[in-house]
Amino acid sequence: MFSWDLLANAVVAGLLIGGFYAAVSLGVGLIFGLLDIANIAQPAFVILGSYAAYVLNNSYGLDPILTGLLLTPVFYLLGAAVYRVYYTSFERRGEESLRGLVFFFGILFIIEVSLSIIFGVDYRLIQTWYGSRSIEFAGVGVAFRYLVPFVVGVAMTLALHLFLGRTFYGRAIMAVSQDRLALRLMGANPVQIKTIAFGVGIAAASLAGALLISIAPVIPSTDRDYIGRMFAITVLGGMGSIGGTLVAGIVLGIAESLMATFFGPSWSLAVSFGILLLALAVRPAGLFGR
Amino acid sequence: MKTGRTLLVALAVIVAGILLAKLRVNPYFYFAGYVILQYIVIATAWNILGGYAGYVNFGTPAFFAMGAYTAVFLIRSVHAPLPVLIVAGGLVAALLGLGIGYLTLRLRGTFFSIATLALAVVLQTAIINWEYVGGSRGLSVIRPSGPPFGNYVVFLFTVMGGLAVVSVLVARFIERSWIGRGLAALRDNEEAAECMGVPTLKLKLFATTVSGFFLGVAGAPFPYYVTFVEPNSAFALDYAVNALAMPMIGGTTSWVGPVIGAVLLGTASQLATVTISSEMNLFIVGVVLVAFVVLAPEGILGLVRKLRGR
Repeated sequence: MFSWDLLANAVVAGLLIGGFYAAVSLGVGLIFGLLDIANIAQPAFVILGSYAAYVLNNSYGLDPILTGLLLTPVFYLLGAAVYRVYYTSFERRGEESLRGLVFFFGILFIIEVSLSIIFGVDYRLIQTWYGSRSIEFAGVGVAFRYLVPFVVGVAMTLALHLFLGRTFYGRAIMAVSQDRLALRLMGANPVQIKTIAFGVGIAAASLAGALLISIAPVIPSTDRDYIGRMFAITVLGGMGSIGGTLVAGIVLGIAESLMATFFGPSWSLAVSFGILLLALAVRPAGLFGR
Repeated sequence: MKTGRTLLVALAVIVAGILLAKLRVNPYFYFAGYVILQYIVIATAWNILGGYAGYVNFGTPAFFAMGAYTAVFLIRSVHAPLPVLIVAGGLVAALLGLGIGYLTLRLRGTFFSIATLALAVVLQTAIINWEYVGGSRGLSVIRPSGPPFGNYVVFLFTVMGGLAVVSVLVARFIERSWIGRGLAALRDNEEAAECMGVPTLKLKLFATTVSGFFLGVAGAPFPYYVTFVEPNSAFALDYAVNALAMPMIGGTTSWVGPVIGAVLLGTASQLATVTISSEMNLFIVGVVLVAFVVLAPEGILGLVRKLRGR
């Protein structure tokens, strides 16, 4: 049942979804890739962003991307608070590895269960005015539902890239990931810098979550589908390389799309884990490793 | 002498279980008790790898489901008796454990944990696509007629009680032997342990295999307990979070810790499920886990030790 049309459509769909995957993974890239904090609760924050967008859309009819942007300060503060707890309880005591991991796993679990207590386990989706439109290029259909998140994802990647490379705080985050002691000697406070970075990472989850719920229906346990994807993309992209995250997101998106087209959609989830295991076993530094 | 005493206690527990079975107790007691005993096995097994060796396994559901689905396969294909199911389920999960043991060669710390999580999702996908054992819709399992004593739930309760005793004895043996000391050394500093001549790879393979074995053993009677097996219940995230929370609450460095945690949290969960709701129960488990990790990192055992020290 192979045809070039099918292949072209699958590749384009994968490319578009890949941009969205990059948006979802930027937070992990920042928090895990650069700060080396094993925040496995990130997908739960993304789903939290989805539900926040859902509530605002339902009661005020706001566009999901707009609500995602509006809520970034709230998520930033939430992230900063979580990091403060993490820092005082684990990092300062030097116990971050094992117990910190368990801490974030507990947070993931609490968010997921809270959402299912409040919203139940029905699928939720935000309908947008562009949701059902599409354009066609040479026989390949491009749905706006995927195109818009792709554009936003690329824009987020670019924005984060500029933030890290051009601004004072961005450079400080890069510095703290390279040499904490040297940063302290320069008179900057690594804990404050890490708080900012963690907050930005969680704020990215707000926007990513809003994109997610405008693409596909969401239930509280959707976060589990994204844990593997996020970490696969972060590792494949080279742990904190922001451009690498985008490329790795697109690679994963295309691989999943091809798998879904030619072998059936139930296998597409296994792709990210296959890539993760392969990347960790063969090239732990990723495609763009430092 | 001390081992002898433990054996006596173990025997007493089994006899007490059978006596309980003879008495007329509310049948729900066995139904809930089975779950608590199952969690003693799971928490103890998790702790052999997570507590002694310091490798956090998020993939508990994968091992549990390996045991359960091996049992489903053997029930469907050859109508194997329960002891065979338990041993076979344990061995298949042990093999999986050996596999992730080799992963530790390349993956340490966080990467190992993410890989175990990944493993659970991949295996769940495989099971969903395997129609013979029910696929995504699940499969009904008929319990064999005429259990040796009591009704079938009472029988399963007693069997699980025996498995709990065995797993705790094995964990206790490992902890007190040179294996436990070697694992503790590699938990504290793997490079240093390797340099001092501790055979870290062999020890890690041992820990992942034994841990996997008992997680599979805990899952093998599951089909007969629920009588309807489907991927979502066999791969439930509850197992992952409970397997982690119970040793963390009790204390990870001793075999008593997981038992205390499993009994306390297991009982509380059962009560909360009945009186409030199963979702509220999971919420409580999550909050208790985070509270303990933040406020009492050494668990209840650590708190007791602190009180005694003063």
